[in-house]
Amino acid sequence: MSADAAPPMVEAIGLTKTFAIPAATLFGRARPVAAAVDVSFRIPRGRTFGLVGESGSGKSTVAKLLLKLEAPSAGRLLVEGQDIFAQTPAEELAYRRKVQAVFQDPYGALSPRMRADRIVTEPLRAHGMDRREAEARAPELLRLVGLPPDSARKYPHEFSGGQRQRLAIARALSVDPALLVLDEPVSALDVSVRAQVLTLLREMQQRLDLTYLFIGHDLAVVRYLSDTVGVMYFGRLVELGPARRVLRRPAHPYTRRLVALAAGDAPLGAVRLQGELPNPLAPPSGCLFRTRCPYADATCAARLPEMRLAEPDHLVACHHHEAVAAGAKAETGPMLQEA
Amino acid sequence: MPHGEPLLAIRGLNVEFGLPARPVRAVADADLTLAPGEILGIAGESGSGKTTLCAAVMRTLPRTARVSGRVEFAGKELLSLPEREMARLRGRDLAMVLQNPMTSLDPLYTIGNQLEEVLRERRRGGGAGRLGSAVEVLRRVHLTAPELRLRQYPHQLSGGMRQRVLVGMATAAAPRLLIADEPTTALDASIQDEILILFRELRESAGTAVVIVTHDLSAIRRLSDRVVIMYAGRIVEEGPTVEVFRAPRHPYTQALLASLPRIEEEEVVLQPIPGQVPDLARLPPGCAFAARCPAAIPLCREERPRERTVGERHRVFCWRAGEGAA
Amino acid sequence: MSAAAGERPGDAGGLFGGRIRAGAGRPPLFATAICLLLVVAALGGGAIAPYVPDEADFTAILAPPAWVEGGSLAHPLGTDQLGRDMLSRLIAGARISLLTAGAAVLAGGTVGVALGLAAGYLGGVVEAVVMRVVDAFLALPFILMALAFVAALGTGIGNIILVMMLTNWARYARLVRSEVVSIKKRDFVLLARVAGLRPLPIALRHILPNALTSILVLGVLDVGRAIILESSLSFLGLGIQPPDVSWGLALAEGRTYMTVAWWLTVWPGLAIVLAVMSFNALGEWLKAGFDPRGRL
Repeated sequence: MSADAAPPMVEAIGLTKTFAIPAATLFGRARPVAAAVDVSFRIPRGRTFGLVGESGSGKSTVAKLLLKLEAPSAGRLLVEGQDIFAQTPAEELAYRRKVQAVFQDPYGALSPRMRADRIVTEPLRAHGMDRREAEARAPELLRLVGLPPDSARKYPHEFSGGQRQRLAIARALSVDPALLVLDEPVSALDVSVRAQVLTLLREMQQRLDLTYLFIGHDLAVVRYLSDTVGVMYFGRLVELGPARRVLRRPAHPYTRRLVALAAGDAPLGAVRLQGELPNPLAPPSGCLFRTRCPYADATCAARLPEMRLAEPDHLVACHHHEAVAAGAKAETGPMLQEA
Repeated sequence: MPHGEPLLAIRGLNVEFGLPARPVRAVADADLTLAPGEILGIAGESGSGKTTLCAAVMRTLPRTARVSGRVEFAGKELLSLPEREMARLRGRDLAMVLQNPMTSLDPLYTIGNQLEEVLRERRRGGGAGRLGSAVEVLRRVHLTAPELRLRQYPHQLSGGMRQRVLVGMATAAAPRLLIADEPTTALDASIQDEILILFRELRESAGTAVVIVTHDLSAIRRLSDRVVIMYAGRIVEEGPTVEVFRAPRHPYTQALLASLPRIEEEEVVLQPIPGQVPDLARLPPGCAFAARCPAAIPLCREERPRERTVGERHRVFCWRAGEGAA
Repeated sequence: MSAAAGERPGDAGGLFGGRIRAGAGRPPLFATAICLLLVVAALGGGAIAPYVPDEADFTAILAPPAWVEGGSLAHPLGTDQLGRDMLSRLIAGARISLLTAGAAVLAGGTVGVALGLAAGYLGGVVEAVVMRVVDAFLALPFILMALAFVAALGTGIGNIILVMMLTNWARYARLVRSEVVSIKKRDFVLLARVAGLRPLPIALRHILPNALTSILVLGVLDVGRAIILESSLSFLGLGIQPPDVSWGLALAEGRTYMTVAWWLTVWPGLAIVLAVMSFNALGEWLKAGFDPRGRL
């Protein structure tokens, strides 16, 4: 990807977002909590960047930044070389056409009091197309995502979860976007429907030359669409590389665990991770993952690991990545047994 | 039954909603038995009737539901049991864990308040010896720093911790049957296993039988002894988990397993099931899956398939199941 | 989930989810009937009333109701000290009471909804200023506030409506703001922003329709409250002035004759009680259906 002359579709440079947690006591001070810290990645045009992590890992924050629903505290976010947080109103409007989104909850994403044809064509109307012309395009959009054209006159509650997600995709595609932000688009769906929507997304990408930012927590699902995968833990990218390589030779102990889980055939209890995400108000010193990591030692408590090359194009933030990649220790953490 | 007296026996259970003239059969002709200490997984998609089936057993269905059939639990017929006796059974011998750990706890009271309340209730009902203190309950579900948790409010706990608390509450009196309806769906993958392990420990320490309802096939595969697959309100396949996952006999089970993303070599493969789940109010006369089934023959569209035994405690409702390769 | 139980609450189309199905339990039929009756009386007015309400008939002064000795079917509910027909006066009172209450609720609702929407959606300084004013208005006892305004502005129907609007808008603003704050975080609003919609269309097309049911519930409850306020002001002589008729005014006028002609005070009093209770019952029933968490 280094030889590309044109700028990549998306380039994030040191993206950081902190929120203020209101004071716990009357006279306490509001405390900052980092949702995303120093996140850098690039997505070439027509490719998919998959972002994996648990809830609270900051992956949805990255999505909201790219959608300009939040502003970063530091860092830059370039889309086709343009800083999206330094746009004129006209540029912003053009950007809103270029970038669309599909979210997780097929129930919450559609305005419950709007008919399908209006839902699907609302973005077109927001960009100045008149109502009749816009709604005339509804059947075509519905057909594109595999919904019968007569569903145009139905309300969201008349659709199943999978159909609603198709509706959400049709809406996102209505303005011919170049970039789709897919934030857990299949997590709330039944397995068979999930497979349908995933294949639809892949088909749309090939047909319309779309660039995807795909966010999920299931590595197998994310991997199905992604060319490059980034793994987030507690607001930071801990591993970044070509999907195949990350999958075959994960170099971060956290990724190793996700890969083992995604394989889905490990007996119950064989892949374990002690504890839960650390408290964001009192994060551990050094490496944030060390409290749950079988490889952790004194170095990990002392220093935050920098991103470094594990292989060409494959970055990892772990002091012990060579041992991890070699699989020196089982993913089994010590069992959580109380005395 | 090869395992002696069953703990739970469901016979010809039907649950209908809607107008009698145009009924929606959420559960149709369900037969099911569960041995003491057995872990049974019920899998199926939205609208398959798995949740309704459990609610019928717990008698927590809305009043508009019309239920028929028999549900025998430890020798008692639950459907005709007076509400007072049912209430006594619920929570002591019959416990339940729900999907959403965020809304199952009252945000206004501490974990300790809520746990004590449950324990008091159990003791009054002639509590079993297992109960113990609130701290012990939390310890049994491996919650870290249990003394601290008792003083905390639900919002101070993560989803996984809350679900642990709820499992602890539900199983404080060592129930004979625990019904868990999508207990891990709202949780992160790394925490899901921790909750599943609790169910297995519960069986080992208290001999509790568990019915786990979920669309997460991997959870069922790794936890349960037996699995029931439901489609459009009916059981389509039931058998030992290992056998069903290794060699599924119903085309729907086969399609469901094929639609899971699997990592093979370096690629992820998945195969969607074409078409859609049928409308329960307008079911075809034959097999509900026929329209989506690659192996369907004309008979499948005309007549509902009968039960066919294909192995020990392994039954399938499919006309073509006997032919070996479907 | 089963097909029947799988629907999420608040997820249905149409204003009332396609059909009225609010509330826990059966709809309050009696209260609804009373409310409808009052609305008919208010709209029908003179067409329904047997007499002109301020037409004096000195041949029938203080005639008792029909079933009391000395009463006649010509004046079923009796007459007042000037021989005016009580039934006709009650109907005329319903017109005035309901119209002022309705207009006040509409005016206060509009102002409150607009300010609440702006505060909730825009946030920041707008929200801070609007909500502090709301707090101030809610902190004042409304009857005192009304007295002060009437003293300053003078009586008359227009002023009464204005005064009642000043005392109720803040409650709408508070309700709408809290609704908007939660609705604007929902995915479909975020996606409308992603689609490029500007704030005003988002507020009007996505946020307001979803807050509408709560607003309607508050509106119905508020009618009862407005009737009380109007009656109180009229009773104190600060509201509706003769020759217009109002229940509160009738109550005040009948007070002098309470010992000799109970019907002069009982009928208007009963009308106020029934009207207020009915609108409250209807509102409570709607509230139980649309606002299970009791935020109103």
